[in-house]
Amino acid sequence: MDAAKPAAPFEYLLRLGDNALVLSQRLSEWCGKGPALEEDMALTNVALDLIGQARLWLSYAGELDSAGAGRSEDELAFLRDAGEFRNLLLVEQPNGSYADTLMRQFLFDAWHALALRELAASADPRVAEIAAKAQKEVAYHLRRSSDLVVRLGDGTEKSRAMMQAALEQLWPYTGEMFQGDALDRDAAASGAGFDPAGLRAPWLDYVGEVLAEATLKQPPAEAWMHSGGKQGRHTEKLGFLLAEMQFLQRAYPGARW
Amino acid sequence: MYAQMVDTGAKRVRAAEEMDADERAFQERIDRGVKIEPKDFMPEHYRKTLIRQISQHAHSEIVGQLPEGNWVTRAPTLKRKAILLAKIQDEAGHGLYLYSAAETLGISRDQMLADLHSGKAKYSSIFNYPTLSWADIGAIGWLVDGAAIMNQIPLCRCSFGPYARAMTRVCKEESFHQRQGYDIMIALCRGTPEQKAMAQDALNRWWWPVVMMFGPPDEQSVHSAQSAQWKIKLFSNDELRQRFVDQTVPQAEYLGLSIPDQALKWNAQRGHYDFGQPDWNEFFEVIKGNGPCNRDRLATRVKAAADGAWFREALVAHAAKHQAPQAQKAA
Repeated sequence: MDAAKPAAPFEYLLRLGDNALVLSQRLSEWCGKGPALEEDMALTNVALDLIGQARLWLSYAGELDSAGAGRSEDELAFLRDAGEFRNLLLVEQPNGSYADTLMRQFLFDAWHALALRELAASADPRVAEIAAKAQKEVAYHLRRSSDLVVRLGDGTEKSRAMMQAALEQLWPYTGEMFQGDALDRDAAASGAGFDPAGLRAPWLDYVGEVLAEATLKQPPAEAWMHSGGKQGRHTEKLGFLLAEMQFLQRAYPGARW
Repeated sequence: MYAQMVDTGAKRVRAAEEMDADERAFQERIDRGVKIEPKDFMPEHYRKTLIRQISQHAHSEIVGQLPEGNWVTRAPTLKRKAILLAKIQDEAGHGLYLYSAAETLGISRDQMLADLHSGKAKYSSIFNYPTLSWADIGAIGWLVDGAAIMNQIPLCRCSFGPYARAMTRVCKEESFHQRQGYDIMIALCRGTPEQKAMAQDALNRWWWPVVMMFGPPDEQSVHSAQSAQWKIKLFSNDELRQRFVDQTVPQAEYLGLSIPDQALKWNAQRGHYDFGQPDWNEFFEVIKGNGPCNRDRLATRVKAAADGAWFREALVAHAAKHQAPQAQKAA
């Protein structure tokens, strides 16, 4: 690595990698059970993009890991416990109905696209490179999830009610995306990362526009919000997700697959 | 291929003099190797048989996602998880173009799915067996996809154009699937004693169900002759089964695994392996709905369709709302 250029901190990269990994894991739970064959294919596509991004972020994080020098993407994915995960609480929320899954995807995609735009301009060339690749994929994710939110919101009475309920259920998990902490400030100051608070206004603008077209009522922007995922304080749901995902690596330590 | 015991509606093949002029011309086209296209004349039994065969194949792709989906959330590495996700996605894609091929014969996807959900239409017996360990994902790719390719490659030359073209695409992806399955088995067999035991256990459980995938022995296969005449079945069940065994034995040897068949032995005179007969009673029970997972698999698909009804209805409602004003303008 070029010594003159700042490198993103290890934990900062974990946040990016864990978001992609945990959401991909959630989406893969839908395998073969979607509401239409085309949805099975499209959702798997998104899961595949996200797992690809997770691998890039976690591999890079592993290279910079001073504690466990040179941990691989798999060691990071399969051998950390819940408290060491740094993903947003939003992405670990259970799939629920397909309305819940799509709403979670939309709220995240809208943030993800903005975050990657910032990261594509990172002073850390590896971060910029990964973000640029992910940006193209996420532009498609956002187009797809926005389109479905509009069509399902403005579909039948039942679909509107389901999308509205999903929105209200998930809304309190969106605030965390814009709450910066010391790690965010350091990353932003070095030029490797960005200030998450800066994404709030454009996110609200975009989300507000799509929800209006979907005839859905946006909950108040100032509503009370959960937080803690970025610092490793998760909901009860994450432990079960990891127990399932990590089963083989935990049951057969040291085995190669 | 995943179609088994497809009913042709004919107990025996008819000679040319028993056919009317259209049928004779149709059969002559097939004999000359000319593809039948959806708008061409075809006997009603040919059309119905193809609908049964292609939809059974499509249903198998869709139901076949479930035993693998059972392990996708527990795949042992991120790379294996990504490969498995891609494979399952391919299967959904195969289902989609097979349903499209069947639709050219005048049946809707909704009707085919309704027939699957009511139990009227079948899917391959193999997907009614459980995936109990990660090694089963390797065994499915290696053996199940391997057996499927045996049947699908000849079908690329079958008489019905849309089916033949769908098969050409499917085969390219299936051979990748088989390689990834075998690659999982190699890793397990080079791994710890526990991993090797996992691989052997998977082979023990999957071997006979896979041997049965080709369908009953030729002498019990009442519909094969008609399907062969129509060139929608190019090799007999026993021919394909023999090819599969001949191909697979050396692969098992390379892995250091033993095939659970006491009768398996190289026959130098025939130039083929001799092998034992599976328990055909088990096969017929699985076809009747009594396999270990029949109820679960079908219930999962029925639930997915029911849970997704609001979604499909909403998309239709949205399209209707937003197309109506344009249609009025056009009028």
